[in-house]
Amino acid sequence: MTMTKLIRCACAIGAWTLLTPFAVIAEAQEAPDAMVKRVSQDMITTIKSDPLIQAGNEARIREVIEVKLIPHFDFMRMTALAMGKNWRTATPEQQKRLSDEFKTLLVRTYSSALTKYRDETIDYKPLRTSPADTDVTVRTVVMKTGGQPIQMDYSLTKAADGWKVFDVVISGVSLVTNYRDEFNEQIKNGGVDGLIKTLSDRNKGVAAK
Amino acid sequence: MKRPLQAFAVVAAVLVSGCASPPSKVDPLEPMNRALYQVHDVLDTTFVKPVAEGYVAVVPQFVRTAFNNVFNNIDDLFSAVNGLLQGKPDKAGNDLGRVMVNTVFGLGGLIDIATDAGIERGNEDFGQTFAVWGFPQGPYLFIPLFGPTTVRDGTGVLVRIAVGPVGYISNVPVRNSIYGLGYIDLRSQALEGGSIVDTAALDRYIFIRNAYLQRRRYMIYDGKPPPESEDEQ
Repeated sequence: MTMTKLIRCACAIGAWTLLTPFAVIAEAQEAPDAMVKRVSQDMITTIKSDPLIQAGNEARIREVIEVKLIPHFDFMRMTALAMGKNWRTATPEQQKRLSDEFKTLLVRTYSSALTKYRDETIDYKPLRTSPADTDVTVRTVVMKTGGQPIQMDYSLTKAADGWKVFDVVISGVSLVTNYRDEFNEQIKNGGVDGLIKTLSDRNKGVAAK
Repeated sequence: MKRPLQAFAVVAAVLVSGCASPPSKVDPLEPMNRALYQVHDVLDTTFVKPVAEGYVAVVPQFVRTAFNNVFNNIDDLFSAVNGLLQGKPDKAGNDLGRVMVNTVFGLGGLIDIATDAGIERGNEDFGQTFAVWGFPQGPYLFIPLFGPTTVRDGTGVLVRIAVGPVGYISNVPVRNSIYGLGYIDLRSQALEGGSIVDTAALDRYIFIRNAYLQRRRYMIYDGKPPPESEDEQ
């Protein structure tokens, strides 16, 4: 190896190690509304262009959700909010299982909703927030041709690696709040393990009551 | 005199059995409502849902949209009335503007020009007016073939049906056809939501109840509900 090659190589490694953290920081500093818009548009483009999704392949839809959406959600916080005061009674292992099962349930729901996606467009409302905020709400309106516009708001929290969604509010109906009574009821009847079992049964395709 | 008494006994028995489990503040009639929900579910899956699905499959989108627009246009007029009753002249004016634009330029309400122009629907109704006037919500109710409501909202719907305008049509077959079309139009709007509930819910009865009550609260406060007092964490 000649000297120049060695220097070039070292420079490349140096640049890579130096630049990577900057890239991570740049991503972490993406504004929450910009993030919601980028991810939503990316999803729409993928859904419209992917032949497997167009053919209604649910496995492929789930895969896309896993890769593109899931990294931007904070499922631990979502599950904790849906559990309310019961969250603290669960052991760390139970909390992990609960948030995994809840995640699967939401992915299943979301993918079944996406199979019905047609030609909706999304209108992004201006974000009113100050830079110091750690929790923000990004407001969007989903416009359907021949249908009434649907309000869709995302609650986000600031994490080390970017903004994370912890609630979705559709026409004033909070996903997290909607599950609170259901979770309470399950825990009242069968404890935390009862809730885990119900969630995992649902995810295996057992029909709801 | 005997029959009303029997009916009373049945209602009383249901009410008493409702008190056996810890009564919930919003849904003290849960056992009765759950039974009615089961009835509704059977009737809906057997008769109403297939008709609504058939309606979507057979009638072209633009025709369904036009029907829906006409019903919405009438609702917008009542939204304006309710906006006034709630002391919201701006909102009432907005709705009245919608009705005028859609009636005159939208061929009697067939085309919803106002929404395309960015004038949002006020979505006010008598149930919300009663809420603004301070009437209590009353127990949650699940009415077969109608769906979730509360005593307050249900009263609002009865008032709305009583003031018309469809009720004033003297030709009974025409009147009933319009009621039927309005009903199927309404049901067909809920088809997608229903299949999402089937996937998302652990207990569909509770899921629907919570979504309904959250939605109504959001509407009463015009999209800016105060945080709930009993929030956990």
